[in-house]
Amino acid sequence: MLDVKNISKTFYPGTINEKTAIDNLSFHMDDGDFVTVIGGNGAGKSSLLNALAGTWLVDEGSIVIDGTDVTKMPEHKRAAFLGRVFQDPMLGTAATMGIDENLALAARRGKLRGLKPGISKAERESYRELVASLGLGLEDRLTAKVGLLSGGQRQAITLLMSTLQRPKLLLLDEHTAALDPKTAAKVLETTNRIVNEHHLTTLMITHNMKDAIANGNRLIMMSNGKIIYDVRGEEKQRLQVTDLLKKFEEVAGSSSMSDKLILG
Amino acid sequence: MFAFINALPGAVAQGLIWGLMAIGVYITYKVLDFADLTVDGTMCTGGAVCIMMMLKGHNVWVSLLVATLVGMLAGLITGILHTLMGIPPILSGILTQLALYSVNLKIMGKSNQAINVDKYPLLVSLRNVKKMPIFQNTIFVSALFCIVLIAILYWFFGTELGCSLRATGCNPNMSRAQGINTKRNIVIGLMISNGIVALASALNAQYLGFADINMGRGAIVIGLAAVIIGTVIFEKIFKNFALKLLAVVIGGVIYYVVLQAVICMGFDSDLLKMLSAVVVAIFLAIPYWKQHFFAKKVTKGGAENA
Repeated sequence: MLDVKNISKTFYPGTINEKTAIDNLSFHMDDGDFVTVIGGNGAGKSSLLNALAGTWLVDEGSIVIDGTDVTKMPEHKRAAFLGRVFQDPMLGTAATMGIDENLALAARRGKLRGLKPGISKAERESYRELVASLGLGLEDRLTAKVGLLSGGQRQAITLLMSTLQRPKLLLLDEHTAALDPKTAAKVLETTNRIVNEHHLTTLMITHNMKDAIANGNRLIMMSNGKIIYDVRGEEKQRLQVTDLLKKFEEVAGSSSMSDKLILG
Repeated sequence: MFAFINALPGAVAQGLIWGLMAIGVYITYKVLDFADLTVDGTMCTGGAVCIMMMLKGHNVWVSLLVATLVGMLAGLITGILHTLMGIPPILSGILTQLALYSVNLKIMGKSNQAINVDKYPLLVSLRNVKKMPIFQNTIFVSALFCIVLIAILYWFFGTELGCSLRATGCNPNMSRAQGINTKRNIVIGLMISNGIVALASALNAQYLGFADINMGRGAIVIGLAAVIIGTVIFEKIFKNFALKLLAVVIGGVIYYVVLQAVICMGFDSDLLKMLSAVVVAIFLAIPYWKQHFFAKKVTKGGAENA
């Protein structure tokens, strides 16, 4: 489903701020894989996601999604294959537009947008059911502006939007990090439900090691723009948080471990 | 007082024409979140094209159409400067605006071209605001232009393309993630906006009876004034997009009526542009002041409802 070969990305090359975000990284995902990604600050987790999403183009290497080479494809064209949920709840939705309008925008991802109505009556009805499945009571506020919703509600809507057109690959960038624990758990639960329901190939960054172990069928750990650990299946299920911490110490030395990871 | 009442119909007619122009400004400034200064140039270009074509004997409607298309072309240039060449919005607009000064001179051949209302079938004219049959009255004709335009835009911004334009202005990141070509949309928005401004310019030139190289100077400020006045006064009651556009037109009318009142009170007309700038500056500052100095008590309880 996803084939990443030898990609590299360096920011501000040739300056004092030069930073190699991704270092000759290769990575393959099978259809239906649910991979969780962990790593310290600046390990290259978000950079990997941004490289896949096309926020910027990689310096070297190639990215192939389901047989299509997207390495040089601009972000908005690549979006046809991808669903994305950002860390910041403000980023995933259009605040001045209604819940229904946001969903209608997402329903047309990868399609030509012409002069047909932006949202139809039948669509609005189908969204009511869809939004009701979130269990947040938003189905009665379908035309409410998304800007009026809480962070958790917005993330839940973004999740719906990213999966309305079945993506070949779902990219979740610490999408529960900005939420309170209760809401985060609920959004994660919804994530699992949607991913399982549609058998979505998913890449989820998290700073919470428990979440990383509990979700998905495969776990990768990143450091300095490389994948340093890759477990799947039963081996992953047997993992404990302490195992991961040990792994961190091995590669990075305990001193460079980020507070965020320990506390997570 | 009598002078003011006498001048009122003219002020309303001017306000409607500038209200039409302000709709163009609304699309870039409010919908696309792009402060487009091209309009200072386009507000002359439309009139110049229209007057020159009519002087050459072309039909008034054809002249209006071509004026609109030329305005759209100006918007396209600003769009290309911004999206393909990476120039910041304000600078892109200023560059096009400056270039348009030369273009406008070339179109007109000199700095001012007059057109006689008795010899040409003008749609609007300052001579036609009083004692005219309703259908030929400039106030009626201008209002009709505004209403038809609002209806078209209301339809357009409800379409798939129109929705994607609104999303582009609201959240470009999300728009790209949903497969929207934000660069193309910015160009489309600029073209629509400048087309509308050029149309208003063509009407304005007919109204005044001439096109002048300086007729667009400060147009962006007047447009913004109309947008801001309309928004501030009607934001609590007008929620619908069409009504919001109507509020902008009313904002334009209010601006010109107030301006007329100020003039009738004996205000030095040399200082009018400065007055406009001050008024717009204050209105732009109001939201900022509200936030920083008059913050309302926060209503808590959002987390429980999340």
